Amino acid sequence: MLQYVARRLILTLPVLFGILLISFMLTHISGDPTDLILSPDTPDEARELFRRKHGLDQPIWVQFYQFCVHALQGDFGNSLRFNEPATKLVLERLGATTELAVTAMLLAILVGVPAGVIAAYRRNTAADVAVRTITLLGQAVPSFYLGILTIIIFAVWLRWLPSGGRGTWLHLILPATTLALNLVALIARTTRSCMLDVLNQDYIRTARAKGLGESWIVWVHALRNAFIPVLTVIGLQVGLLMGGVVVTETVFSWPGVGRLAIQAIYARDFPVVQAVVLFFALIFVGVNLIVDLLYAVLDPRIGYR
Amino acid sequence: MTIATLPLQNDDDLPPRRSLSRIVLKRLLTKPAAVFGLVIILLFVAFALVPDLFSPHDPYAQSLIRRLKPPSFLDRGVDGYLLGTDHLGRDTLSRIIHGARTTLLVSLFAVVVSAVVGIWAGLVAGFFGGKTDAVILRLIDMQLAFPVVLLVIAIVAVVGPSLTNLIVLMGLSAWPRFARIVRGSVLSVRGLEYIEAARSIGAGKLRIMLRHILPNILSAIIVYASFELARMILLEATLSFLGLGVQPPTPTWGGMINDGKNYLSISWAVSLFPGVAIALIILAFNLLGDEIRDALDPQLSHD
Repeated sequence: MLQYVARRLILTLPVLFGILLISFMLTHISGDPTDLILSPDTPDEARELFRRKHGLDQPIWVQFYQFCVHALQGDFGNSLRFNEPATKLVLERLGATTELAVTAMLLAILVGVPAGVIAAYRRNTAADVAVRTITLLGQAVPSFYLGILTIIIFAVWLRWLPSGGRGTWLHLILPATTLALNLVALIARTTRSCMLDVLNQDYIRTARAKGLGESWIVWVHALRNAFIPVLTVIGLQVGLLMGGVVVTETVFSWPGVGRLAIQAIYARDFPVVQAVVLFFALIFVGVNLIVDLLYAVLDPRIGYR
Repeated sequence: MTIATLPLQNDDDLPPRRSLSRIVLKRLLTKPAAVFGLVIILLFVAFALVPDLFSPHDPYAQSLIRRLKPPSFLDRGVDGYLLGTDHLGRDTLSRIIHGARTTLLVSLFAVVVSAVVGIWAGLVAGFFGGKTDAVILRLIDMQLAFPVVLLVIAIVAVVGPSLTNLIVLMGLSAWPRFARIVRGSVLSVRGLEYIEAARSIGAGKLRIMLRHILPNILSAIIVYASFELARMILLEATLSFLGLGVQPPTPTWGGMINDGKNYLSISWAVSLFPGVAIALIILAFNLLGDEIRDALDPQLSHD
């Protein structure tokens, strides 16, 4: 078990290296990083001073090495906008983002999985068609547009809910629902197709033959086995969730990491951008590691190879 | 799109020449979902090709007295401005029609970029196997393992949102998915007899890959490209909503929604209608992809 975890951790190293390389390159793609940060009419001496102060006069690989060393210590330098450590800014907004993302994920699982199960069990009935239609629509409507739509309906027309900001649980409803919808569509679709496979297996017939109740068979025997691929999809969708977080937080003025990222990008506040990129990558890698480990718990046939 | 433009031939006296694309087209035309998708796509393609033919007004014409008007079928609406006007008094319908060009152009070429890179990578990985395969697979995994949207946003912000930059970056964000599909398909045909036959008459590796393997996995690629187009349209809309797409005053659907965002409580129509266009075209490509897949292989039920 420990050996498996260790090997999985080692496998994530190239990914992390790639992410480090890309976020380092962000400030170098368009040539001189000082152009990005200083105003165009900065005198050359000041430029030179800035370069020396930030190590930009070093060879590129030395700069990259320095960047990696600092990044691994969680140090991305100070935000150019707030003059505070970038890492601190990210961590401050972590709570808001976690609140939003976890709520959305729970909502998506609680709606998506049962919807998929029912659609598979009552295949080709009205319930199935309804679930399939909603999943198709859920994939077609961009999350930022869904956000705008819910604001129009629930904040502008009905005046039931606030259109943005963070505060009471009422503020959470619209952004969380918006963020959840695309996930619901994906989870329901995957659950449905996995359940269809599982429901045709021999052991389901065996369970019926020995007289188990239908609902026990469907929700316990079948779902447990259908859940493994669903879990993979959920794990991989954490990436989608992060993209969604960026957009949803922007639409609803939710004070989280995603909105910080967009604001930092607009302001060319690169230390913060780099911190967010690396931070999201870490979460993504971590979640997928956990998903891999959960496999073995859910399905004893999968060993820790 | 090649499928849709095939000339229909008169097959009264000859035994019917049954090319795969004709059979597929015939099957598609019997499916309401596929016809719906095709009609929507053709409509938007027409908008993109000759927008001036359809748009009632100049999409750039501003007017201070016509600002933020609701749709003409509602109270206070102005005749001739069916979907209302935006904060600069520009006609929403005309801007949606003209916006089709940007969206379709960027998305189509982004899919071409990702397809070219992905197909090559997939062909090489699947055909050569071994170390080459391992390296390409690792690259694929690495890129798939990351929320690419965020990176695309960050890189676009640095290099600037020009048309070329958008196409290349969006394309490069999607190649691993193509490569994976192609690699899988190559593996499934690689061991078949006709490849062996081609090799035994001395066909070179490049020739086998391009003349023998590629045509046989083309249908899988076409189906996948349809889904990928939907995905790219979504990404383009998201980028332009965030202000990182093709820059104003060129109308983009995402940009229009963003423009209207600040006026939601006064005039919700500005943001509402461009989103309908986005959802329709994405739905159309997803439906078409589903239906082409079923039409190519009716035995398989894809649930």
